[in-house]
Amino acid sequence: MRWLTQLRRRTEMLFRRNGATARLDDELRFHIEQQTAENIARGMSAEGARLAALRAFGNPALVREQAHDTWSWTSLELLLGDVRYGARTLLRTPGFAAVAILVMALGIGANVALFTLVRSVLLKPLPFADPGRLVRLYERSTFGDFPFNQSAGGVFAEWKKQSRSFTGMAICGYAGYNLSGAGNELPETVRAATFSSNLLPLLGVQPALGRNFTADDDQPSANPTVLLSWGLWKRRFGGNPSIVNQTILLDARPYTVVGVMPSWFAFPESAIQVWTPTYFKEPPGHMKAISQHDFRAIGRLKPGVTAAEAVTELSLITRRIHDQNADDSFVSVGANIRPLLDSLVGDVKTPLYVLLAATGCVLLIACLNVANLLVARAASRRREEAIRMALGGGRMRLLRQHLMESLLLTAAGGAAGLALAWGAIQWVVSARPDMARVEAIHIDGVAIAFAAGLIALCALFAGLISSLSGRGSQVLSSLQDSSRGSSAGQARVRLRAVLLSLEVGLTVMLLIGAGLLLKSYARLRSTDIGCITGNVLKMDMTLPEVKYKQPAQVAGFFETLLGRVRNLPGVEAAGYVFPVVPGDGYGGDHGFTVVEHPAPSRGEAPFAMNRWADPGYFAAIGIPLLRGHTFDDNQQPGHATEAVISQAFARQYFPGEDPIGKHLRAQGDKTYEIVGVVGDVRFAAGEEVRPMMYFALYADSDMNGATLVVRSGRDVTQYATPIQRIVAGLDRDLPVSDVLTMDQVLGRGTLDASFDATLLGVFAALSLVLAAVGLFGVLSYIVAQRTSEIGIRIALGARREQVLRLVLLSGLRPALIGLALGLAASAALAREIQSMLYGTQPLDAAVFAAVAGTLLVVAAAACAAPAWRASRLDPMQALRTE
Amino acid sequence: MGKPNDLVQGTLDLLILKTISLEPMHGWAIAKRIQQVSGEVLQVQQGSLYPALHRLEQQGWIKAKWAESETGRQAKFYTLTAAGRGQLGKETASWNRLSAAIDMIVT
Repeated sequence: MRWLTQLRRRTEMLFRRNGATARLDDELRFHIEQQTAENIARGMSAEGARLAALRAFGNPALVREQAHDTWSWTSLELLLGDVRYGARTLLRTPGFAAVAILVMALGIGANVALFTLVRSVLLKPLPFADPGRLVRLYERSTFGDFPFNQSAGGVFAEWKKQSRSFTGMAICGYAGYNLSGAGNELPETVRAATFSSNLLPLLGVQPALGRNFTADDDQPSANPTVLLSWGLWKRRFGGNPSIVNQTILLDARPYTVVGVMPSWFAFPESAIQVWTPTYFKEPPGHMKAISQHDFRAIGRLKPGVTAAEAVTELSLITRRIHDQNADDSFVSVGANIRPLLDSLVGDVKTPLYVLLAATGCVLLIACLNVANLLVARAASRRREEAIRMALGGGRMRLLRQHLMESLLLTAAGGAAGLALAWGAIQWVVSARPDMARVEAIHIDGVAIAFAAGLIALCALFAGLISSLSGRGSQVLSSLQDSSRGSSAGQARVRLRAVLLSLEVGLTVMLLIGAGLLLKSYARLRSTDIGCITGNVLKMDMTLPEVKYKQPAQVAGFFETLLGRVRNLPGVEAAGYVFPVVPGDGYGGDHGFTVVEHPAPSRGEAPFAMNRWADPGYFAAIGIPLLRGHTFDDNQQPGHATEAVISQAFARQYFPGEDPIGKHLRAQGDKTYEIVGVVGDVRFAAGEEVRPMMYFALYADSDMNGATLVVRSGRDVTQYATPIQRIVAGLDRDLPVSDVLTMDQVLGRGTLDASFDATLLGVFAALSLVLAAVGLFGVLSYIVAQRTSEIGIRIALGARREQVLRLVLLSGLRPALIGLALGLAASAALAREIQSMLYGTQPLDAAVFAAVAGTLLVVAAAACAAPAWRASRLDPMQALRTE
Repeated sequence: MGKPNDLVQGTLDLLILKTISLEPMHGWAIAKRIQQVSGEVLQVQQGSLYPALHRLEQQGWIKAKWAESETGRQAKFYTLTAAGRGQLGKETASWNRLSAAIDMIVT
């Protein structure tokens, strides 16, 4: 019970301190009164008695303090005293405080934001049961060198049947549907995925509403079923729970909604809006094929089984399939495994870590800057501190005050920084909805703890540096030093110069990183994609099979639409392509053989990217026809026999030969005659040109989707609405999706590069400003310190230019040292971001030179004002000021 | 009166506890009583007395109450708590042990 009474007393002492102090005073006064009374009783005079009592008592202030010290919470009280004192001194110089807080806010804000991103995207475990054992399974293909290839349905089936390393294995596929409008709603295209019915139990996830697919749903003859995403359910169906067991129309076919997934469920990516069962959606043949690598396989490792053991086992199974089918060159030879998390976030890893390193630099620069400002303040308060020390102020006490001041600054900065980080994250989430796991990004307790840690660290760093400059032992010299007429001690100036050099060095590194990324982004945007990109519009549409059963119906729709679009005034050309326009992704590839060439040796058939196009496509998008002609107009469903190849295709497979009139065997052993050669296009900005073959649009009997390409001499976006109106006139249930100009397509493809370059550029600009402020501050301080010295120099006949040079040099020297350091460090580190660069060398001379030049100009500008002021000093004024 | 003897380190607590174990007393009276009882040998310095009183109070061995003094003025009276009484016993025992030991060496 004793601790309870103690606790009560301690609490009392915490809240009744002022009363306790008054009572202590009263107690001591009573003592003196008693003593005085006794003295009077002994016969002293009233005044004499009081003085004797006081003498006997000793120093009442000391007694009071010593008694006070025995109370609890003294350290807290001291701390509060320091806080009060620190806040008061900071408020006396609001300009300084505001600058320091702003600097810290930027530094800490950027770091917390990036930390939150990195943690949410890369470090947080996936929201699945025991996510550490979830792995993505890949095929390892030697044709075309794809160590992490997607899985073929047939190979997956064998893995599932034969392997013993997994507690479960599920498969996911790609899909897309036209969701028809009910009532007045517009039809829309929804991004979709498929998964086998065992995926959700494997991940350990339950639908938020309704149920998962059953094994019965997950087979070709099942009734169509669908799971909705939380977002689609809220947006399109008003969040009404009665949607479960109702039907919706996907591609004009009724699907029963069996459930709604939780809002956080974004698998395999956040854009997916509906899921259907894989084995229901895919034709059985596709699920048995062993060389069509169209699926993502997921497995859960058995406890005690390592990834390496599982890889060995899967590779063995795959190898066996490969050897049994040696005539098919597209069967993989092995398998590979990656943690599921890595497979989901693979692309953003390096950029995020680079950005995190960049914000670390910004924070370091911010700390150095605040330390620099504090050193300057400490310098102007030397005399005050020297006096305090001379009067017996403890060094620890002074150090504590230094730290408290820097803690107050960083804490205020950190609070503002958290707000900044919150804003920044909102921006990132809205600017990069495509980023993996974007739905998991938000500031939580850990991020706030991280911010608190940063605050403590920065406070300690900045506070210690500035206190170290204190040199408290030299009280006397401080007092002498700051007397009039002499210059400031050199130690502080040197410390500040070192801090500045470091700051400039870090700035140079950031500038070079940003410069490299910007240059490679510019390169990326200016790569010739191989076609016209100005005033070209594209839009996708897919005709539902249920409604367009006959190939002739499909052809009829597309021909009518094309005719009407071409008749729009101002439209110069229009055509169709499938599956994608240049710059919009890989699309797909296929194996082929050249009929006129000797058969390739077993297992070595070549493959090339494939596209389907109508005769007008090449002219519409401006791909030049180099030889022969494009498809004839007679390439109708059932009679499409022509192929067009790209220049790279001709170079690689028909060296020294005329490809026109030769035949390709591809697409299910059909034979196509090569009628033309066209220019090369890139499937993405920054990718190599690859061989490409084009087939006539209606070459496949199940063709039902295409991208319409329209080119105009004027602003092409004005045609989007009229064309959509034409489509609605032909089929009011048919949605048109991805209506984009070619420039937008390319912009989307280079979003990553532009995002990284922009952010790093912002950080670099920020640190440049900080470094300039630092230079300006230090130099102004030096000039102020040396006012009288400069005055004497001028009075003794120094010329203005000499003074100007003197001051400029003392500012530029640390900048030059920092520049050299920064260039050297960048040269060593630039290799680390090589994977993010395109067409730019890590040691790009132009970027290095530009950064050096920029930095010198900024440094000179920052130094110019104080130097100029020094050279304009009026010697009489200077000598009089103190 | 002569130069007052310095109190043996740590014995002030014992003296205070012992002194107020008889009746509640204020600071001045405690000092006075120690002085008188020791035959003017022990002089308690105010610089040590009040910090010691406050420390003992913080430790919960004595407690204070404001009451009217003999002169009619409000004064702070200190009383022994139950815990303090135990502490007094412990400190007395340890003092006896110590002084007996010193005695054996000195005599």
